[in-house]
Amino acid sequence: MKVRAQIAMVLNLDKCIGCHTCSVTCKRVWTSRKGVEYAWFNNVETKPGTGFPRDWENQKRWKGGWVRDAKGNLTPAMGGKAKVLSRIFANPDMPEIDDYYEPFDYDYGKLQDSPERKAVPTARPHSAITGERMEKIEGGPNWEDDLGGEFAKRAEDANFQGIEKEIYSQFENTFMMHLPRLCEHCLNPTCVAVCPSGAIYKREEDGIVLIDQDKCRGWRMCVSGCPYKKIYYNWQTGKSEKCIMCYPRVEAGMPTLCAESCVGRIRYMGVMLYDADRIKEAAATEQEKDLYEAQLGIFLDPFDESVIEAARKEGIPESWLEAARNSPVYKMAVEWKIALPLHPEYRTLPMIWYIPPLSPIQAAWENGQIEDGDSIPDVRSLRIPIKYLANLFTSGSEEPVALALERMLAMRVYMRGLTVDKTTNTAVLAKVGLTEKLVKLMYRYLAIASYEDRFVIPASHREYANSMLASLEPGGGCPLSGGGCSLSGQKSGQQEPKLVQITFNGKKK
Amino acid sequence: MNYLNTLLFGYYPYIALSAFLLGSLFRYRTDQSTWRSGSSQFLRKRQLRAGSNLFHAGILTLLAGHTIGLLTPPDIYHLLGLSTSAKQLLAVIVGGAAGTLCFAGLVILLWRRLTDARIRATSSRMDIAVLVLLLVQLVLGLMTIPVSLGHLDGAQMLLLSEWAQRIVTFRSGAADLVLGVHWLFKAHLLVGITLVAAFPFSRLVHVFSAPVGYAWRAYQIVRRRQ
Repeated sequence: MKVRAQIAMVLNLDKCIGCHTCSVTCKRVWTSRKGVEYAWFNNVETKPGTGFPRDWENQKRWKGGWVRDAKGNLTPAMGGKAKVLSRIFANPDMPEIDDYYEPFDYDYGKLQDSPERKAVPTARPHSAITGERMEKIEGGPNWEDDLGGEFAKRAEDANFQGIEKEIYSQFENTFMMHLPRLCEHCLNPTCVAVCPSGAIYKREEDGIVLIDQDKCRGWRMCVSGCPYKKIYYNWQTGKSEKCIMCYPRVEAGMPTLCAESCVGRIRYMGVMLYDADRIKEAAATEQEKDLYEAQLGIFLDPFDESVIEAARKEGIPESWLEAARNSPVYKMAVEWKIALPLHPEYRTLPMIWYIPPLSPIQAAWENGQIEDGDSIPDVRSLRIPIKYLANLFTSGSEEPVALALERMLAMRVYMRGLTVDKTTNTAVLAKVGLTEKLVKLMYRYLAIASYEDRFVIPASHREYANSMLASLEPGGGCPLSGGGCSLSGQKSGQQEPKLVQITFNGKKK
Repeated sequence: MNYLNTLLFGYYPYIALSAFLLGSLFRYRTDQSTWRSGSSQFLRKRQLRAGSNLFHAGILTLLAGHTIGLLTPPDIYHLLGLSTSAKQLLAVIVGGAAGTLCFAGLVILLWRRLTDARIRATSSRMDIAVLVLLLVQLVLGLMTIPVSLGHLDGAQMLLLSEWAQRIVTFRSGAADLVLGVHWLFKAHLLVGITLVAAFPFSRLVHVFSAPVGYAWRAYQIVRRRQ
């Protein structure tokens, strides 16, 4: 067993309103530069839809992720090393900028410089690449926002596999949900595997996947290797860029910008411990449908003494182990099983997980044919087809999605009874394997969602290392062991007082 | 004439090689951020697949052929049973074939770079200059083929390879060797030396980063904090 820690995220889609605040804060800070105008480290898609870049989930076309051969070995879907190298002069699987959109800006100056005349001046668009006039804008990062465009186009969504999708073209049956997406910071990333330069790496201490800009030579294999299409080629610098999980913030114990700015409080960040020795085994699970369970299987119980012991041997600081025990991600993904990975069938073991959204009950319930308000409705009567969610989150396996949705529904029924009808409906909890204590905790995390509960991020090793150094200096009174070195009490930590306000247990000091 | 000949073929190679070595080292140490292949595939897929593959297949063969062909002493290939005239014929055939591939690719790439609005707008002057230089060099090289076929004894080839070997081994008299060779060879040499000099200041530096090590490395890379 080789214990490693990872900063992971859960997004509660049940509360996402698709406001794009996450995308905008991210863009303002990280990608408001020439060459990456088109790049959205975080974007929000409306599903069903083909997403951004268009049709990204169609791996027959882009060859992202891994494939398992009959012997159980994994190779990138793009091909083995020889094949990747043979395609270095021209990568046939790589999307073109038009698969995202041609970046544009408007001639805002025209609005101010226009002389007085009869017609109202207009700000027409021009290409950010060539500067030439664009007569028509053909696409954008949220082109299908709130079901924009015709159904026929949106229906090309790969998640409709195995669904009679035609009935969802009718207004009465239509459904939609929002899906914010960022780099998955996978445990078994394909972008790393196909990078000929070896410029992409996973950080051992927190699992953040980064591109070394000094080592990147612009061979651009990562763009097609990543099945989530979350690596962006900067056409100005000729190097690739990706979501950096706001590592300068995370290192200081702060959440990412997308998480911090989320107005719906849908994002949770915390530490997950996993067994790095079993990554290959889990990713090479034979049946795609079992991949979700296999990934759950390599997460380690942060309360288990043997895990704690092994983690200490790996040099994982106590503050991280404490954070792992308080991790909202661990609770939602492993303990409550309400959070699910996105497209585990890509075999990259993604680490951004999603709580599937509830949706209105279809006609039968509304017509009073089902009148039992004390029990939970059949999740199959929800407006968003369960098969669709299963295709998104569990490689088509419906049971885990059903369980997650049932638990969410049971929580609602129970809490409604408690607060409105003043009843205690434990029967509904028993059906979905929850206890009163658990469901109240779930309620606290999902409905109240306080800042301290959502973000349990330990300050990083770097800070820890500094504190160890500080203790060696005269006047630095920090003990070397025990990890009880709180940043605010640390004399060398004074240079950035703002960053130390939030510590791992969320208590503002 | 002799003075100019010595300057161009005796000293200029060393100026170019110095620029090549020092320039590359300096850029590698100070400017990693611009050290990349500079691919424009992302902006326009069209024409790149054919152009780039043809060009690279051709140029890599030519590069290898020239290096081996020029720097192998005659005694060694004679030992392998290859006569001088046979070696020249081999060079003409391999060079002609690779040159044709390279020419087709280069024309496509240059055409694309000059006429496609997106590629043109994102090209530096050096990007275009390098392609033009390579094309001129390639055409000169292909034009030497009829000249070579005129003297099948390989005498001119011997002079040229002796010139190259003297240059890289710092022996005198190199320039005098090429005094009498056909002007096409001389022009080909000059443009070639210029390309060597321009190398570190262009996107050509990505040649140094050819990712051969990828074939042996493990798929996953995990970095431990220093």
